[in-house]
Amino acid sequence: MSEPSTAPGSAASAQAEPIVNRLSIQVATVNGSGSQTANNTLLRAIFQMGIPVSGKNLFPSNIAGLPTWFTIRANADGYVARRKEIDVLVCMNAQTAKEDVAGVPPGASVICEEALKLEGQREDLDFYPVPFNKLVRDVCPVVSLRRLVVNMIYVGVVAELIGIEVNEINKALEKAFSTKPKALTLNVDAVQKGIEWAKENITGARPRFRVARMDKNEGKILVDGNQASAIGALFAGVTVASWYPITPSSSLTESLIALADKYRKDPETGKRNLAVIQAEDELAAVGMVIGASWAGARSMTSTSGPGISLMSEFIGLAYYAEIPGVIYDVQRTGPSTGLPTRTMQGDILFCAYNSHGDTRHPCLYPADIKEAYEFSLMAFDAAEQLQTIIFVLSDLDLGMNLWMADPFEYPEAPINRGKVLNEAQLAEMEDWGRYKDVDGDGIPYRTLPGTPGGKGAFFTRGSGHDEYAQYTESGEAYADNMDRIKRKIDGSTKFLPAPEIDGWDNPVGILAYGTSDSAVDECRDQLRIEENLETDYLRIRSFPFSDDVVKWIQKHDHVYVVEQNRDAQMRSMLQIEHPEVSPKLRSILHYTGMPLDARTVTDAIRDAEKSSTPKGA
Amino acid sequence: MSSPAPTKKPGKTNRIGLSLKDYKGGASTLCKGCGHDVITNTIVSAFYEMGVEPHMVAKLSGIGCSSKTPAYFLNGAWGFNAVHGRMPAVATGAALANRKLVSIGVSGDGDTASIGMGQFVHMLRRNVPCIYIVENNGVYGLTKGQFSATADEGSTLKNGTANDLPAIDLCTMAIELGCGFVARSFSADRKQLLQILKAAIAYDGTSMIDVMSPCVTFNNHTGSTKSYDWGRDHEGPIHEVGFVPAWDEPDVEFKDGVAAEVPMPDGGVVYIKRLEENGHDPRSKEAALKLLAEDYQNEAVFNTGIMYLNPERESLQDDMDLIGEPLNLLPQDEVRPPQAVLDEIVESLR
Repeated sequence: MSEPSTAPGSAASAQAEPIVNRLSIQVATVNGSGSQTANNTLLRAIFQMGIPVSGKNLFPSNIAGLPTWFTIRANADGYVARRKEIDVLVCMNAQTAKEDVAGVPPGASVICEEALKLEGQREDLDFYPVPFNKLVRDVCPVVSLRRLVVNMIYVGVVAELIGIEVNEINKALEKAFSTKPKALTLNVDAVQKGIEWAKENITGARPRFRVARMDKNEGKILVDGNQASAIGALFAGVTVASWYPITPSSSLTESLIALADKYRKDPETGKRNLAVIQAEDELAAVGMVIGASWAGARSMTSTSGPGISLMSEFIGLAYYAEIPGVIYDVQRTGPSTGLPTRTMQGDILFCAYNSHGDTRHPCLYPADIKEAYEFSLMAFDAAEQLQTIIFVLSDLDLGMNLWMADPFEYPEAPINRGKVLNEAQLAEMEDWGRYKDVDGDGIPYRTLPGTPGGKGAFFTRGSGHDEYAQYTESGEAYADNMDRIKRKIDGSTKFLPAPEIDGWDNPVGILAYGTSDSAVDECRDQLRIEENLETDYLRIRSFPFSDDVVKWIQKHDHVYVVEQNRDAQMRSMLQIEHPEVSPKLRSILHYTGMPLDARTVTDAIRDAEKSSTPKGA
Repeated sequence: MSSPAPTKKPGKTNRIGLSLKDYKGGASTLCKGCGHDVITNTIVSAFYEMGVEPHMVAKLSGIGCSSKTPAYFLNGAWGFNAVHGRMPAVATGAALANRKLVSIGVSGDGDTASIGMGQFVHMLRRNVPCIYIVENNGVYGLTKGQFSATADEGSTLKNGTANDLPAIDLCTMAIELGCGFVARSFSADRKQLLQILKAAIAYDGTSMIDVMSPCVTFNNHTGSTKSYDWGRDHEGPIHEVGFVPAWDEPDVEFKDGVAAEVPMPDGGVVYIKRLEENGHDPRSKEAALKLLAEDYQNEAVFNTGIMYLNPERESLQDDMDLIGEPLNLLPQDEVRPPQAVLDEIVESLR
């Protein structure tokens, strides 16, 4: 169910029936003003009240000074996708205030700096002007800190006006400032100041949008996808990680560094068994992964689209020389620098067939926190089992925003290093060849430098090689080798997560992947309720596609492929790999850099269904 | 341990019982007379004489004639012919995965000073343990003789075209980037190169050895300053280098005229002896840079020897506080934290 929209022109919406636990709050601030902590405090407090909640940070490519917005959605039904309509707007940025006010639907509540004098701008909104700049002077004597502390005053005002419990706010602050008692006191006082001021001064009607305690978040955690991926890598037993900073992937390896400092360092000797190295560029970052994996480490790098471009030559080498490695691509809006702080599913096609020559790489598409963690674990095993690069393609929305999730489960299966021969195993083998297909699955046996016994040494090269890793320019040997690698990659689906399928029998299917999932979930409910249209849903979780994907598409009259890019990249891949499904596929594409919302998908499907001639009718 | 496990062979063996043959590689496919082949053979001798276990050696390279050579030595070692100019990253990764490996990287002047400059300088800066040899002939051989960035200003191609850009001096650059083992040699001076290579094997960090190695096909003519004739006419050793490994004692005469003794991390010692007027002490960075500047300014000078030597510098792995054992084969219980750690992490996210 989606939130009811307020009646147009109802300026006195505050008197209308309250809407509880179905609201979106947007805070408009200036980048670098410290509002992130304040916004996360609001989000966390609502989370602690047991109400399903999500947060989207829309930030500029800038350190300080440009406008930034943070949207919090609380929803009793558990919908966590972005919602376009804003119910409660907090205007803290004079630069964008007019536009912000113009953009909200009628009936919304606007909390704003008194001095901005926004009240006259629209009559169909409820304005709550607050003298933030005056209030902050009372709680914060240090002038230089006021710009930061003022944010906590809006936290207090919002809490008081919509019903966020103050003890949950304080708990969230204690978490944020656990090591800084002085800052904690200052922030708690500022929140209190906001609450008291609102209590005393807002004597009229309160906003109709409210939150009230629920019990939906029992046991749940709140974490961003990059951190979840890093936790997965930690438990996958990663031993070498190289990286070059790039938004929105930096926090993935930075999270890993923090985890490594705590859990992969001998407390007595200070010695580490996880090497994290910041490379000079992405060419080097992936080269280090390949060197480390070749020498037997479990290796990874994290990057975004521009980094993948630089890595492409090495990725081809790893494919052809059969060297494992995990590459996290936290996608952002390209091409080029594009919108570097906005989200996109823009590297889907580029990663799947990355590098020159014939290449095809297993890819994973995590949709949520659970998968960000679990696909990490899976990726390291699959990379070593398949002796190839595995891409984990998340995006800015999953990677950098906070999401609710169930607690992570400890991996049951032991680490699987794939076909690596030690000295004894080598001694038993009569005729070992690095690139020989012994088991018929296209996956050869490898050895690691340093293996004694005098039998395992071989030469790794990106140029033509035969089954024994000897240099050759023989066309037949080349073709045989390439055919074997194809068999290996074709067979990789058994190491990769199967698609998630909900329903086979409705005529209309929706196919999506990655972070479109939350919007599609909500969209299917909207279609059911508003259009009486039941849909089936298939979520692709990996490439190459398993047989079920093809069967499922064929089973449907038509399938909407929902993607966050312009060129229908996943649909193109489906058509390349399985041309027979082509007539069934219709695209729904979203590429504004904003996370996908359910309404966009619902509207597109509704319109398409209405305009298409019913088949066989 | 120990490689091909030969049944007691007659003939000469090294301290771990292997013969020179055990350090050889496949047949070279380079042009007859190529300077690189001399370097290859000298590498074979150096590893043999140092008694390095071949299976503990990683042979790395980029792309180019020079980069083919790891296939021509130490068949018992693992080799990796990477992408053009990017061998340092592969060497860095391998060094992190298994710090017990002895890594030798063979590059060329194109592979290092042009396409690979970015990775080269960062490898030096990090002090990745690797014997990094630049087989420097001033031209791109494999693509048939275009100038490289180390070609001297004014030197000519076979067709007479003169190079009008200044050369990049790799030794000067390496010293300025903090490299603690910087040497220059000449492939026709096998005696000197052998001693330098042995010292490099004993060194823990990046040792950068710039070896002038003439390209007989594209850059061995009059007008070239990277030809055999030019090299023989101009080479001026700045001292005599002698390396004595940890398990050996120098004989008494050897010590005559020693100008400097530099102990290496593995217990071996580099002896620097005076050669007539010349007795450059490689421990002095200032003296090294002065020598290199004279060389660069005076086209008649071609100094060879160990320019700079500082065995004190911490290796990459020590700088990163890595454990002593290789990371590549750690058991699961050392690399996957227990359930309690996951519980603690989960709790912190509530």
